[in-house]
Formats: sequence, C-alpha cells, structure tokens
Amino acid sequence: MTVLCLVEPDGAAVADVSRRALTFARALAAPVGGEVAAVWFGAAGGVPVGDLSAYGAGDAYAVESPQLTGYAPQAWARALAGLADEVSATAVVAAATDRGSEVMAHLGAITGLPVAANCVSAAPGGPAEPAGFRLVRQRWAGSLLEDSLLEAPRALLTVAADAVAPAPAQAPAVPNVRARRPVLDETDLRVQAVESAERAAGASLATARVVVGGGRGVGGPEGFGVLEELAGLLGGVVGVSRVVTSEGWRPHRQQVGQTGTRISPELYLACGISGAIQHMAGCLSAKHIVAVNTDPDAPIIARADYAVIGDLNEVLPALIAAIRTRASS
Amino acid sequence: MEILVCVKRVPMVGGKIVVTADGQDVDTRMSGFTVSPHEECAVEEAVRLVERHGGSVTVLTLGPADAAGQLRDMLALGASRAVLLETDGREWGPIATAEAIVAAVRGRETPYDLLLFGNEAADTGDYQVGVRVAHALGLPCVTGIKNLEVTAGAEAGAAASARARREYRGTEEIYDLSLPAVISVKEGINLPRYPSLPGRLRAKRATIESSSPPWSGAQWHPEGLRKERLRVPAGESKRAEVLGTGADAVPALVTLLDTLGVLP
Repeated sequence: MTVLCLVEPDGAAVADVSRRALTFARALAAPVGGEVAAVWFGAAGGVPVGDLSAYGAGDAYAVESPQLTGYAPQAWARALAGLADEVSATAVVAAATDRGSEVMAHLGAITGLPVAANCVSAAPGGPAEPAGFRLVRQRWAGSLLEDSLLEAPRALLTVAADAVAPAPAQAPAVPNVRARRPVLDETDLRVQAVESAERAAGASLATARVVVGGGRGVGGPEGFGVLEELAGLLGGVVGVSRVVTSEGWRPHRQQVGQTGTRISPELYLACGISGAIQHMAGCLSAKHIVAVNTDPDAPIIARADYAVIGDLNEVLPALIAAIRTRASS
Repeated sequence: MEILVCVKRVPMVGGKIVVTADGQDVDTRMSGFTVSPHEECAVEEAVRLVERHGGSVTVLTLGPADAAGQLRDMLALGASRAVLLETDGREWGPIATAEAIVAAVRGRETPYDLLLFGNEAADTGDYQVGVRVAHALGLPCVTGIKNLEVTAGAEAGAAASARARREYRGTEEIYDLSLPAVISVKEGINLPRYPSLPGRLRAKRATIESSSPPWSGAQWHPEGLRKERLRVPAGESKRAEVLGTGADAVPALVTLLDTLGVLP
C-alpha cells in the first residue's frame, strides 16, 4: 500500500503544512505496513531529501517538465494522476492549502473520484468496510467535525493542517529520488502562474507571535490607534474580526477568521470581539487567548483561556502605561 | 458580458454551533440563513463587471425552495436573474451539485462568458464544485482569487480575457485566462455594497426561475463519501479564568504576559 503525498516547498525545505500532511499520510499507511511516497514539483536535484527522510517518505518523485514554468493546477493534478496509477496508490494526500485543495479538486475532476476535504484523521476501514476509509474531517473550518466513511478505489484527501501536529518519523527512511516527466496536453497548461512578484515585507498576521485583535467593540475606524500601539509594544500585529472588515473600518488582509487569515500566535489578545464561530475558526491554533470584553457572557469567554471584563478603551491604555513603566524601570 | 454566479444557502451561525439530535445537520431553529461570504463577494464582483462592461448577472443556487430567499438577497445586490435548482432538502455532494450546474449552463441559449464561484462553501468547505464544473465544460479554471480584471475583446465577438491574482506564501501569483472561464473568489476581493431600497423592492417582485431534478439526467446520487455524524469538537466549552475587571485587572494581565514571554 502506497500513500502519495504532495509536498509544497518553503524555500529549499519542506513547508510546515506539508510536514503535517506527511505525518497524516504516515498515520494512514503505517497500520497496514504501507509506505509514503512524496511528490515534489521541480528538479530531482532540488528535492529536500533530508526533510523527507525525517518525515518518513520512502520514495520521492520529482516531477520535471520544461512546459512547467510556474505552478499550474491542472498540470500538477495530471502528473499526480499518472503517478498514482504508476504506484497503484491507495490514497493521495495534500495539505488543505490554496494549492493543495486546488490540485486535489482537479485530481477529483480528472478521475471522477470524490475528494474528502479538510481531514483531521484517516484510517483504513474495518472488517465491515474493507474497501473504505474511516475519516474525521472538519466542517465550518473546524468548528464542527464530521465522522464519515469514504468508499472509493482511491482515497483523495486534503489535510486540515492546523489540526495535525508535525511529527518526525521514529524510523527515518532514506528516500529513493526518481525523476518523472508527466505527459501534459495543452489544456493542462492553460492556467499557469505567470508572474510571482515579491510583496513588501512586513510583520505577517499568519506568523506573528502576538496578535492584538479588535472587533465591533472598538467602535469605529478611529479606535484602532490604541491596538496598534499595544501591538507595536509587544512586537506583534493587529488582527480584526469580520464585522470590522465588512464595515470597511480596516482592510480585509487584517481579518482573522474562516474567510480571513488563520493565526497561530503565542498570545492572542482579543479586544471587543464577541467570538463568533467564523472568527474563532481563525484562531484555533493560538496558544493562549486572552479576551477583553465588557460582556461576561460573550461567547468568546467560553473559548478564551483568560478574560478581563471591561472596556478596551479603559483596559488597553492602562496596560500600555503599565508595560512602559515596567520597561523603563 | 454574461456572468453566472453560483451561491449556496448556509446557516447563519453566530457564537455557537448546535448539531441536531440525530447528528446529521446544524440545528437552524434559532438561526437564519445566508449566502457563504466568499459568494456574496462573487456576486458583487459580477455586478461591478457588468456595470463596467454591460451584460447581465445570473445567480444560481441548488437547494430547498427556501433558498429563493438567498437568491432574492443577491438580486437586491444587483443580479438580474435568479435560477433555483430545487432539491428535496437532502445534502447534495460536490459531484452531483456540479452535474446539476453543468446541466443548467448547457441548457442556456446564450453562453456565459464567466462563471464565478465562492472559493469554498462556509459549511462543507469542499473546495471543488467550481473545478468540477470547469472540467465538465472544458473551461480554464483558477481558484482563491483576490483580484480580478477583465478585458473585453477589441472587436465584437473577439475573445475577452481575464487577469486574476491571488496570494501564495507572501507573494502574489498572476494568472491570465481567456474567457469563458471558471473563477473562484475569496472574500476581500471587494467590499460588497449594502442593498439599496429600490434593489430590495425589485428583488421582492422578481421571478425566480425554479425547476426540479432531474436536469438532463442530473440528480442526487451517493458519492462515495458518506457523512455519518456531525459533532462539536471536544474542549469547546471551557471557561476563561477572569483576571479582573477594568483597569484593576492590569497588574494580573502584566504578570500573565510576562509569564508568556511576550513583554518587551
């Protein structure tokens, strides 16, 4: 049994989301003595063998093609379909990123097979469903879980990366790197990323160590100065709830939530945020949530680790003053 | 330009999500319904394109009779025509949903130049209906789009093209597509307008073109992925430790931030 895993790069290394997908793939393959084969788009010489070894990939396929000058979703799916046939893959797995989700959707369309999106865990089916896979997957971006049974000749799965911790293999493998040139037709290459301009550097919401969040309780676009000041003091960034971007108070790129950015900071200080499902889905990976809210019965109080009951316009200036006093003494 | 926007009726969940006793659905007795956020932006984008280039916007949904309410909401935003593929309330999977949409697209005399979808539905998050529709119709497709420019053909009948952008790991990817094409968009591509009063009145009077399956053979069928049970993840109902009230809580808060190692 072979589980193919699409691996996305982070520079020359394996991206964190793909380490999680490899961990997921290993958990699916291991109980039945199967193995994980990684799929890497790029030259065989650039395959991050060390990372793949650490995460237990026994084989690595480098997909090379002079036709692929940039990321091309349908072409990637075509190549994956060919590899899946070649190794008789039981399952094909990818992190549920923009690319992973898109490529797997194309693979589903090409093969006519179902795609189970945002899986948290997967296991081969029991005696009653030998051709099936027992899945747990997310709905509502993780606010709900679905137990399901997938019956398909080949399982196509995307992995809800924030729900699977990356774990190196106990017995690292030494992957054999094999180069493959996919057979692509014109339609596979119609959509290809033609340019990828580097964007201005800045503290990123997704990777910030501290996020100071503001919601409806901030009151309006002019109220964010105090949040910016506190975020600056803590070396963090400001994030906002959906109502704030829907009202046009702050740009959408600052939105934390199901339809915005997923954050995973050490501290999320959520100020004047009620804690709607849509918002909390964006901070499932925050290590510590502290809520500042006037309403002790706000939903966020039931989801936070700590709470201050009070008006953010009173609490935050006092907090900023206390931090400054402490820093100067 | 003739633009189709596909939308999905989903429960409007607030601070808490509740599952029905049989574990099959979200309990909606206390909540209303809405359109997935990405899709509302898709409708806004379509309306803006038609305001610039002329043409019309059709909104389509597959769902129960009550989904007509969500179609009217989208008509109020400026869509000109609404199509309801009416189901018996069962949850349709992404394969059957795509088949129904394809049948509706093929059945239209004037072809669409652009088919817009939301990137993924708020509830199921399957991320695939648009891609499956594109494959069935042989159209180019790109997802996750946060910026879209459409250039009309230089002469009447000449092919129009689209330039679509999205973010990937801190960089921007640019895609050039010839139309017709399928594009899935994300919230943030625009800020949807509030429906105007005339818009709402027009929507209220508008005719919803409703039909029932099968559509050219397209009907509900099992898809290999079978939902058995929905449940709320464990650990959802902890209770925060209250550090204090108002500014009096600040010393405790500073101590906590110090413990977490986030103070300067």
